[in-house]
Amino acid sequence: MNPPNIISVTGLCNSFGDQIIHQDLNIEVRRGEILGVVGGSGTGKSVLMRSIIGLQEPDAGEIRVFGEGMIGKEVDEATDVRRRWGVLFQGGALFSTLTVAENVQVPLREFYPDFSKELLDEIARYKIFLSGLPPEAAHKYPSELSGGMRKRAGVARALAMDPELLFLDEPTAGLDPISAAKFDNLTRDLKETLGLTVFLITHDLDTLYSICDRVAVLADRKVIAIGAIEELLAIDHPWINEYFSGPRGRAARRGHSGQGETAQMQYLGRS
Amino acid sequence: MAMGNSADFTVEDLPKGQVLRLSGDFAIASIGDVDRNLRGISGPVSEIDISGITHMDTVGAWLVHRTAKEHNAKVTGGAKDANRLIDAVRGVDQAEIAVKPPISSLYHFLGEVGGGVVIGITTFLQFLGFVGQVVKAFFSLLMNPRRFRWHAVVQHFDMVGVRALGIVGLMSFLIGIVIAQQGAVQLRQFGAEVFTINLIGRLTLRELGILMTAIMVAGRSGSAFAAQIGTMKITEEIDAMRTIGVVPVEALVVPRVIAAVVMMPLLGIFASLMSIIGGGLLCWIVLDIPPATFVQRLREVTPITDFWVGMIKAPVFGAIIAMAGCFQGMQVKGNAEQVGLRTTAAVVQAIFLVIVLDAFFAVFFSEIGWD
Repeated sequence: MNPPNIISVTGLCNSFGDQIIHQDLNIEVRRGEILGVVGGSGTGKSVLMRSIIGLQEPDAGEIRVFGEGMIGKEVDEATDVRRRWGVLFQGGALFSTLTVAENVQVPLREFYPDFSKELLDEIARYKIFLSGLPPEAAHKYPSELSGGMRKRAGVARALAMDPELLFLDEPTAGLDPISAAKFDNLTRDLKETLGLTVFLITHDLDTLYSICDRVAVLADRKVIAIGAIEELLAIDHPWINEYFSGPRGRAARRGHSGQGETAQMQYLGRS
Repeated sequence: MAMGNSADFTVEDLPKGQVLRLSGDFAIASIGDVDRNLRGISGPVSEIDISGITHMDTVGAWLVHRTAKEHNAKVTGGAKDANRLIDAVRGVDQAEIAVKPPISSLYHFLGEVGGGVVIGITTFLQFLGFVGQVVKAFFSLLMNPRRFRWHAVVQHFDMVGVRALGIVGLMSFLIGIVIAQQGAVQLRQFGAEVFTINLIGRLTLRELGILMTAIMVAGRSGSAFAAQIGTMKITEEIDAMRTIGVVPVEALVVPRVIAAVVMMPLLGIFASLMSIIGGGLLCWIVLDIPPATFVQRLREVTPITDFWVGMIKAPVFGAIIAMAGCFQGMQVKGNAEQVGLRTTAAVVQAIFLVIVLDAFFAVFFSEIGWD
């Protein structure tokens, strides 16, 4: 009933016309971890996420989320899985005609139409609180919020259904360092208090060092390595070396030296 | 996760007060009516025992916390995870929202009316200012012809004029048939079928050819102008232009206005011609008037001033349509929804203004004796 791997992707192939994005890609996300996904621009990080959440039909491969195969499922199918995940898109993807509170209530109204108005309002209020927004933000429209607040509002909506699995697509991109650090703390706090599993696409080295349990590296159309950062550092691959040992990588490592949990290492080779 | 046992609770009356014993899954999917039932409890409740809860999420934690707070009751028997969740949602209490006082409907109505009047006046003034900007940009381009964007103008000639030929032609052809058919049926009652030709020639050249073309151009191109410029506003392309030193009105609005002003008369001639062909065809089939006779009669009854009336109106209509579209596009701010609203407003305004001006022109031309 509860497989150890919340997400398992095997043999995934994706292409746009002649351009092959993924070829025989494998990745697993374990229960209760924050998995960071990194890779250069155009290596298909977002395409991988979109494949897993069913927005992109892959050419081949198998995708299982909570043990259920997701390929070929329509929007109104696999609702049991859909109500167990929350997704934060890069720009927040808030519904622009609704207030923040109404945005949070959209999934609740969709799945639980018989909830009372009071309960919906209460749920929206504490979700907004949990996402770290001030209470007056509840009645604002997305266009009235700053970029950082919009992301938090997106998180509040992603958390609306009490998901077990949270997808975050570059949550700290475009945020100032202070807001980015706060967002990292929020992600970690939510993971610890709510027991979430987090699939996190990021370019932010500080995020990788401070909150990720494991990191998956996308290059050469597949996941070339997955493991704790210390283990990735030991791998001799030009992109990994450049990524973690470049000036920014070194600075981020200095800032977080001594941290980091051990996780089992999987080096999947590079072809 | 299986839909576990649904949430439930029992009430036990003890001397110190009621004790609620919660059981089952206190999670979003299994809460059911427990929310309403918990609200219905009248106190005093001294203790909430949550040791029977098998699974809990934040919704369950919120219900426990809310009930405990409402009755000032103590929560007992919680596992570590449950207490952590209750602590997490508890923080929201410190951040109560100030509730806005309700506004009476009379004030609301007056506020709406006042707001509408203010918006109407400011929009009108802004539109005048916009027309001024376009005229100024036009003259500054005349002074510096090298800044003139020929490429953009030609491209808009294509979009506004050439690509509209098919639909405008078909529409006008059909309208010509309708006019001729209706005219023939009505005039036959007086035995005056031959006057159908007067109807076709004069109505088409003076009024309908140009008016229907203007409506079609407003729907095709006025809306496109608003949507294109509005989208560019949202993606900050127009701000980017300003920082580079490009005047948006010169680069975006003037080429579109010129394209519409030049293309409207040409489309109008084409539309009138197609209407006359449609009407002539019907006359030939239904009234047995051969094409040669039709053309000869048309030349006798249609004064050349009818053609000029149409050709004077057409560029004015073109300018109105393009300006309304570009103006509404420039007014977009904020979100994508605005683009849709402004596009609609552009088409409605353009058609409305065209018809108002058409009425003025009708009076004007009959006053100067072109009737």
